[in-house]
Amino acid sequence: MSGPILQVRDLMVEYATPTGPAQAVHGVNLDLAQGEFLAIVGESGCGKSTLLFAIAQLLTYPASVVGGSITFNGVDLQSLKEEELRQYRWRDISVVMQSAMNALNPTLSVGAQLADACRAHTDWDDKRVAQRSEEVLSMVSIDKVHLKSYPFQLSGGMRQRAMIAMALLLEPKLVIMDEPTSALDVVAQRSLMRQVEALRKELGFSVLFVTHDMSVVSHFSDRLAVMYAGEVVELDTTREVFDHPQHPYSQGLMDAFPSLLGDARALTGIPGTPPALVNPPPGCLFAARCTHVMDVCRELRPELITKGTRAVRCHLVNPPERS
Amino acid sequence: MRFLVRRLGFLLVALWAALTLNFFIPRLMPGNPAESMMARFRGHVNPAALHALEVAFGIGGHQSLVTAYFEYLGNTLRGNLGISTSYFPLSVTSVILKALPWSLGLVGLSTVVGFLIGTAVGAIAAWRRGGKMDSVLPPTFIVISAFPYFWVGLLAIWLFAVTLNWFPILGGYSETAVEQWSWPFAGDVLTHAILPAFTIVITSIGGWILTMRNNMITVVAEDYVKMARAKGLKNQRILWQYAGRNAMLPSLTGFAMSLGFVISGAILVEYVFNYPGLGFMLLQAVQTEDYPLMQALFLLITVAVLLAIFVSDIVTAILDPRTRVRA
Amino acid sequence: MSRLRPLTRALLGAWRFLRRDKKALVGSIILLVLLVVATFPSWFAHDNPAAEIYTPGAGLSWHHLLGTTSFGQDVYSQLIYGARQSVFIALIVGAFCTVVSVAVGITAAYSGGLIDDTLSLVTDVVLVIPTFPLIIVITAYVKSASFWLLVAVLVFTGWSYGARQLRVQALSLRNRDYLLAARARGESSWYVITVELIPPMTSLIVANFLSAALYAVLAASALQFIGLGNINTESWGTMLYWAENNEALQTGLPLWALAPGLAIALLGSALALLNYAFDEVANPALRPVSVKKMKKRMRKLGASA
Repeated sequence: MSGPILQVRDLMVEYATPTGPAQAVHGVNLDLAQGEFLAIVGESGCGKSTLLFAIAQLLTYPASVVGGSITFNGVDLQSLKEEELRQYRWRDISVVMQSAMNALNPTLSVGAQLADACRAHTDWDDKRVAQRSEEVLSMVSIDKVHLKSYPFQLSGGMRQRAMIAMALLLEPKLVIMDEPTSALDVVAQRSLMRQVEALRKELGFSVLFVTHDMSVVSHFSDRLAVMYAGEVVELDTTREVFDHPQHPYSQGLMDAFPSLLGDARALTGIPGTPPALVNPPPGCLFAARCTHVMDVCRELRPELITKGTRAVRCHLVNPPERS
Repeated sequence: MRFLVRRLGFLLVALWAALTLNFFIPRLMPGNPAESMMARFRGHVNPAALHALEVAFGIGGHQSLVTAYFEYLGNTLRGNLGISTSYFPLSVTSVILKALPWSLGLVGLSTVVGFLIGTAVGAIAAWRRGGKMDSVLPPTFIVISAFPYFWVGLLAIWLFAVTLNWFPILGGYSETAVEQWSWPFAGDVLTHAILPAFTIVITSIGGWILTMRNNMITVVAEDYVKMARAKGLKNQRILWQYAGRNAMLPSLTGFAMSLGFVISGAILVEYVFNYPGLGFMLLQAVQTEDYPLMQALFLLITVAVLLAIFVSDIVTAILDPRTRVRA
Repeated sequence: MSRLRPLTRALLGAWRFLRRDKKALVGSIILLVLLVVATFPSWFAHDNPAAEIYTPGAGLSWHHLLGTTSFGQDVYSQLIYGARQSVFIALIVGAFCTVVSVAVGITAAYSGGLIDDTLSLVTDVVLVIPTFPLIIVITAYVKSASFWLLVAVLVFTGWSYGARQLRVQALSLRNRDYLLAARARGESSWYVITVELIPPMTSLIVANFLSAALYAVLAASALQFIGLGNINTESWGTMLYWAENNEALQTGLPLWALAPGLAIALLGSALALLNYAFDEVANPALRPVSVKKMKKRMRKLGASA
């Protein structure tokens, strides 16, 4: 299969609010190749989770996709009706959510929740369903006795791993992960990430991973996208973004994470707050907090311009043409 | 199972409280209502029964309060509830047993039907958010559930029985019918039961619908429902096994509390329709000053309510594994 | 002086709230009208409601807007004068119930430990015992319940639901940081409770008042209907009692029974609507969703794309 498995073009997502529509995702373009691990990083409220759920076709009122396209394996997901969409759910695209405690039905056993995903998409008999369930649990090192357990009986780390096991039940091509490590301690985080990486190498699925903590993905993602206020502001291979961030926001993010081995230096944050998403300002959305802001930044919204593997949305990096 | 044992313990405490109230209320009331009742009894009843009544109502003054209290408890638990003054010389127990099946049938069935339909409608209404059902339903049912039961009953009588003449006005069965196990009698009972049942269901259903709708709205926003959608499960399964199952848990807890309301409504409905159930009998007992019967009916109604609550606890334990394992 | 500003803010907030929520508006208007009628009945009706001076069983006419009873009393005046008992009992019982619920619920939540366990047990037991039969038994012994006995009995049976709700909310607030900060400052428990704990619970307390009032309306009128209230006073419930005992529905005087019932239903609905509106304030997720508006906007955007 050549060509990207996922293509997002010009995606626009809005939230209905009492004061007017809030632009949570504004014109995002993304390509994801088969087997690729793309991480999306940004602060709370930048729209990364919204983007993820829009791609997974899981948005509910008051959020809705109001523009753009999402193409998976050549099929425009937006054009599909719910019945047709269901064919893709879990078989091709599966989801791992942030808090397994909230994402698992508290009144059904783990086994029952694995089973109903199987039964919804295949005609396997009970034996086969049980076999596959045990298989995926062992992939994440959970004993099969827990098929009978209820979510509240498992530890936090186990629950999260169970979610990953569930996501791999039908060998999907794309696994979407929304901050799956945020609820775990550092050690559990690393262990989870290594498990995901091992499975990815073995089974070859693509990963779309959203997090606010870049250090979690720094060793695992192929490419890294930085999001701010609903837009992608920088996109490149992970190493490049870490070593040579070009957008002032990315630079600020990198500066905020001290290196364990490097010299001791003062930590800097990024002062200010993100702009209002209802009636956003006309110019660059980062202008109010940018240390390199120029006059043109406040008037003209910069485009995302790609040069080689690097895409940046910044007038400083890509000066606008003088008219 | 520890959960159920705790609940059983609690319900027994509540029963004890009801028994105690029953014992002390007549003694706290001004005037001495029991004396007049006793005057009617003396000379007509065997000494043991007379003594039981003295104990229950605090007349005679031969014993200390404490001894009388324990004797009363003993009597009640042994089923010695006294003699009815209005149905003299029948024992209270035998009188109650005549009315029991009528109430079980009418009230029991209507309550369960109302709960099941109401919960289902509430679940579906919340599932289809933004539909016409969602904006019209809540205000309509808020208003209807605030209607007094007896007024709805009166309206029903006036509309369907008096004006349209579709159903009989009063009673559990026609005056001319013979009480027996036969099809004509059953049919007669049914036609007499329709309006009262309709009244109970209509007035109580609003509460169930609204409670379930509110619970569903909270549950539908939860991540595990989103997860179920992501897994591509059929809508039916998500609605009932994921959303409904979890949303019903607070409804079941609320069932216990609303039951008191429904019972009071049922009593009024029986009164309005002259339906020969426990509620109607209670009100008649009040009017004829048949205190032993009155007290016994209060106890029986309390036991029935506590039993229903226990059943809903069992259902909760079945649906929610968390209650089964935690203390 | 500084107390005035929060009060005016609260009033303005209430005004905005009423304007926004139609349910609350309708409920408040009905309640206000009934309150005025209850307080000044002579403005609305001229006849003495108890006077049996008219033709019994008369139909509707300009003189008798709702006809007359089988005793020859004017139904309309009875309705107007009857409002006083019914409306006032609702408000008084509601107020007392709220006071008891607040006292018990908050004390239980704040004190914790044995006091909490005991109070909770008492609350739950009172909650579970069927109140209406209990009220019937109590008033039966007295044969004719005076206004204040009725109030006492209704309060005794009606406070437990609110106490339970308030306790739950107070528990969730009790450990919030700002309360701990107040205690660390050395403020007395009394201060912490009245100034820091109660204000955020205002909407729940108001909702409890409304539901207690609703309970009182229905229970009081039910008692009067079966003749356990004071049948010689004017109230909607006693009207129903006399109507029922004189077979109003069957003898062609339906309004005698239906009108007071409708009035009770109206008062109850007003309280219920307001109660629900307050519930929606506390939980915005319950507010009605307008899919139509959303779809309209999406279509507009689609056309311009």
